[in-house]
Amino acid sequence: MDVRAQVSMMFHLDKCIGCHTCSIACKNIWTDREGTEYMWWNNVETKPGTGYPTQWEDQGKYKGGWEPKGDTIKLRATDKFRGLANIFHQPHLPTIDDYYEPWTYKYKDLFDTEAGDDQPTARPISLITGEYMDINAGPNWDDDLGGSEIYARNDPNLNEGEREVLLEIERLVFFYLPRICNHCLNPACVASCPSGALHKRGEDGIVLLDQNVCRAWRYCISACPYKKTYFNWKTGKSEKCILCFPRIESGQPPACFHSCVGRIRYLGVVLYDAEKIEEYASAPESELIQRQRDMILNPHDPEVIEAAGKSGVHFSMIEAAQKSPVYKFVKEWDMALPLHPEFRTLPMLFYIPPLLPVIGYVEKGNYRLDDEEFFTTLDKARLPMRYLASLFAAGDESRIRSVLEKMLAVRMYRRAQEVDDITPEQVKVLLERTGLTEKECEEIYRLTALPTFEDRFVLPPSHREYQTELAIDDPYTFKAEIGVGGSLNIDDRPHRGL
Amino acid sequence: MTDYLLFAVFPYICLVMAIVGSIWRYTSDRFSYSSLSSQFLETRQLFWGSVAWHYGILIALTAHFVAFLIPDTILWWNGVPARLYAMEVTGFVFGLLALAGVIFLLIRRITTPRIRVVSSKMDYVLLIALLLQVATGIWTALFYRWGSSWYSAFGVPYLWSVLELRPDIQLVNNLPVITRIHIVNAYFIVLLIPFTRLVHFLSIPVEYIWRPHQIVRWYQREKVTAPNASSLVKS
Repeated sequence: MDVRAQVSMMFHLDKCIGCHTCSIACKNIWTDREGTEYMWWNNVETKPGTGYPTQWEDQGKYKGGWEPKGDTIKLRATDKFRGLANIFHQPHLPTIDDYYEPWTYKYKDLFDTEAGDDQPTARPISLITGEYMDINAGPNWDDDLGGSEIYARNDPNLNEGEREVLLEIERLVFFYLPRICNHCLNPACVASCPSGALHKRGEDGIVLLDQNVCRAWRYCISACPYKKTYFNWKTGKSEKCILCFPRIESGQPPACFHSCVGRIRYLGVVLYDAEKIEEYASAPESELIQRQRDMILNPHDPEVIEAAGKSGVHFSMIEAAQKSPVYKFVKEWDMALPLHPEFRTLPMLFYIPPLLPVIGYVEKGNYRLDDEEFFTTLDKARLPMRYLASLFAAGDESRIRSVLEKMLAVRMYRRAQEVDDITPEQVKVLLERTGLTEKECEEIYRLTALPTFEDRFVLPPSHREYQTELAIDDPYTFKAEIGVGGSLNIDDRPHRGL
Repeated sequence: MTDYLLFAVFPYICLVMAIVGSIWRYTSDRFSYSSLSSQFLETRQLFWGSVAWHYGILIALTAHFVAFLIPDTILWWNGVPARLYAMEVTGFVFGLLALAGVIFLLIRRITTPRIRVVSSKMDYVLLIALLLQVATGIWTALFYRWGSSWYSAFGVPYLWSVLELRPDIQLVNNLPVITRIHIVNAYFIVLLIPFTRLVHFLSIPVEYIWRPHQIVRWYQREKVTAPNASSLVKS
């Protein structure tokens, strides 16, 4: 058993209001430089919709992630020899037009135009070429369906029949899907990087990219099935979400977590068995979620604790894992699911799928619902269960149903206490069916509805006392420089090669 | 005198500057080592330019290198006309491929607004030097046959003489002007390596073929073990 620690994440989609505060927090800190204008390390998508970059889930188009090969797996498009043969031109690399061409407006014209009959306008100009351009797409272009049916209709998760049915007005529905780097256990970006620039940080599992090693072979962009590594066209290097590790190391949660208005985000350490990565990532599609859960170890198990100590996991890290809210949602309550587990990267960002409104009908001008039984409403949800299963369960509807039933059970349990129109017997039936206890219901309720800052974010211990020594042999190496190895000259930022 | 400067002095200037320059750039500005791919901004034209160029030049360069190592074998092979023709035609075809590729890349760089934005002066210098190199190579192959034979007979001994620090310019004295440009320009391209994006050719990622897929870096210098992890076990 090779126990490692992983900072993992959980997003509660039932609470997401799609306000994009997370995206803006991230943008302001990390991607407001030239070459990164189009990058949204954190983005929020409307689902059903095509997403960012457009139709990123369609691996028939982008060929990202892993696919089974015999007993094991291989990268779908960029593995070893075949990948290297395409080093001069990658057939499946997205281009900037799959995201959008960043632009600004020529505000100067508003001031400099000579007086005339017409109002001066600020025409859009490209942030790449500086030339006038027509805006065809932008950040959140398909937000709230983008005023059109085009985006929902082209969602790769829908089948033909659903495309048509979905747009009936009674069924019209959408929800929000915030996405950041999943900091996977079996990252395709790391596996595909010919230079070895991408790596997983051993201490906490954050996937990082060493830009001094990156040579712009751009495999990571093709290989990541979530399209969460980005190419900086200006510096000629790849960039990605770093899970705000400088913030984490100074005791703050990542900016997108910290700023979340709906408090949908949870962060905590889980321990996992690194020896099982290849075996479990190669499991049949129907077993993938279960395998990934199996890989996450119980931080209270004495054997696990001993093995963790032996493999160099600091005891304070184990302690953090014991308090992890993510562990509770994913492992104890089995309520949080990975996004597209069938890509086989073992993503470490988990989602609680949303409870969507049910279909009703209009009678005498009033919108009415059918008589509701507790769980039958799930079948009348406006979005087919199959759709959620295609996002979060590799097509296994029973998994989605089980999560949603648990959420309903917790609601009914609380309703019985607060409103008193549900009898204890009814609650008992629900609890038996979902396998939850009253104590668990109470805990889920508290961690969902009333969590404090410290409940949501159980940060890994940073241990500056060890980290000041990272990779530096002589503590005086960087004397009189900024931080660890920065230059005093502010213009000395890394610049594009010759 | 000019010959002496071009064929006995210039090579060493180029080689020394290329080696020292590459090491200097790697140690002082590692961030700038990159192929600076522009596929993200423009992909369709790049396909025709980049693939044709790279495969063409790789084969052509390999042929030069093989002849450099085993000139006698090449001469023996060329002793039979059919084999000589096969050799020459193959080289010519890949040369043309490289020529078409480099012309395409140059046109793309000049005419595509997005690519112009990410082009430096050295990009143009490099592309023109490469174009000149391939063009003079093809010219030689076309009009001064049979190049593969007399490259093995004259060019290779000259290159060895340079490498062994006893440059023998007698060997290149009587070569046609076009071929002499080919040789001098080759040194110039070597000189360009540390000063252009050509550095990417020093980072050919062969190691990727045998390295394991996943990479983990431990940032702490020593693994910190748990002093009393047992206290975390709840009884």
